[in-house]
Amino acid sequence: MISLNRVTRVFNSRDGDQVTALQDVSLEIGRNEFITLVGPSGCGKSTLLRIVAGLILPTAGRASIGGEEIREPRAETGIVFQAPTLLPWATVLDNVLFPLRMMHRIDSTSTDKAMALLKLVGLTGFEGKSPRELSGGMQQRVAICRALVHDPDILLMDEPFGALDALTREEMTMELLRIWSERPKTVLFVTHSITEAVVLADRVVVMSPRPGRIAEIIDIGLTRPRSFETEATPEFHEASHRIRQLIFGTRHVGPGRAAA
Amino acid sequence: MSVQAAPPLEERQKPPRRRRKSAALYEVVVPLLATLGLFLLWEGACRIFNIPAYLLPSPSEIWTETMAIGPTVAGHTMATIKTVMLGFVVSILISLPLAVILTASPAIAAAVYPFLVWTQSIPKVALAPILVVLLGTNELPRIVITVLVAFFPLVISIATGLLSVPPELIELSRACRASKLSELLRIRLPYAIPFIFAGLKVAISLAVVGAVVAEFVNADAGLGFLIQTSTAFFKVPVAFGALIILSVMGVVLFQIVVVAERVFFPWSSSNTTPGA
Repeated sequence: MISLNRVTRVFNSRDGDQVTALQDVSLEIGRNEFITLVGPSGCGKSTLLRIVAGLILPTAGRASIGGEEIREPRAETGIVFQAPTLLPWATVLDNVLFPLRMMHRIDSTSTDKAMALLKLVGLTGFEGKSPRELSGGMQQRVAICRALVHDPDILLMDEPFGALDALTREEMTMELLRIWSERPKTVLFVTHSITEAVVLADRVVVMSPRPGRIAEIIDIGLTRPRSFETEATPEFHEASHRIRQLIFGTRHVGPGRAAA
Repeated sequence: MSVQAAPPLEERQKPPRRRRKSAALYEVVVPLLATLGLFLLWEGACRIFNIPAYLLPSPSEIWTETMAIGPTVAGHTMATIKTVMLGFVVSILISLPLAVILTASPAIAAAVYPFLVWTQSIPKVALAPILVVLLGTNELPRIVITVLVAFFPLVISIATGLLSVPPELIELSRACRASKLSELLRIRLPYAIPFIFAGLKVAISLAVVGAVVAEFVNADAGLGFLIQTSTAFFKVPVAFGALIILSVMGVVLFQIVVVAERVFFPWSSSNTTPGA
């Protein structure tokens, strides 16, 4: 479905230096596959996501969806950001309908679609509320509905639960798995949390920084549907441990670090 | 004050009502009492120390002398309000597109910005007589001066507002392949509303200042003109009357902007929660 072939992205920083955010990243993502991208800050996770979104173009290499090169944002992609970024002046329902309005694709069935999505995330009855009457977790649910309202086949999520408290975060992770099982999509999910990455994904893409590249791709064989119990299985710990090794393994902790 | 046990619903409504009442007490009654006390003190001081009216007229003298030429004062007040409002409206009409252009293109911003700052560094009082020569002795130079005094903070606050949109929303708009125009109308401008109103509050206050400055230099009507002519004839109480009307005008116009924001954009003013 999504195909990245030796994608490289170089940014010009303000002082004239060139920063390589991504180098030679190759990745094949199948239809309705759930991929999580995990890695330390500055490893180009968000850049990779924005290349797939068509918001930025690769400096070299080829990024394509369904064989077609990504040159601009495409209509059948939904995006969820770290902050809900809902419109403060619009109701929950209007916020969900917002992408359709911007795309001039609003019609008589739109409201029903939006209401069905709100029901899916458990926000029935909140459609007339203003975003600031909602908790952080509820706002992010609305943002997920907003990303799904035009029924995209690809869902891009940039640390969507990063701004939530730890408990809400765990709850939302399970919530997302339920939504995904009811509305299968190809999901590309950026996160800082190893637990989150493993529990959600079919495959975890571990990235390393400076320059951003893929360190390893780990298949997660955990059975679905997954739940909180999944995190107690040996397979889960094995995968988590492997990712931790990849991210922290090369770092030296203790005396001797001064050289690094 | 019912003796019967009140229904629970009413019980729950009681605390907010009391709070609203005490808020009204502090917001309205206390300032009014303080103002009244100040005027009484002023009146008393003038009478006890026998201060001559041409130095400091007492409130009662201001009242009687101003009321004696009531219709004339009303005419001058209307003339000033006209200049203030025209200047205010023109300021908005100039500032809004200017801010949009400034934020849309860094090149235009770099070209126009120095001129904007330059218009602000010119003393408007010094500019006023020159404008009268240029534009004639009519309403036009008065409006131009009012606009020059009032528009700058409006441009700055609208531009700040247009740039305050979270970058994610702009990305979302681009991901929806929306045009720059619908990005402006559906995202940037609504987001700028709280900033626009902050600018409008400053602008309306400055418009009153600008109008009076203009009237000092070139006018045959208006409260600024009334202050000048009445002081020239040592009718100091009338000048004080005009001054008080001006200050009340400033407060009332400011409050109109505040109320307009609360009514039309209730989500904008952060201190008002929905339903309150």
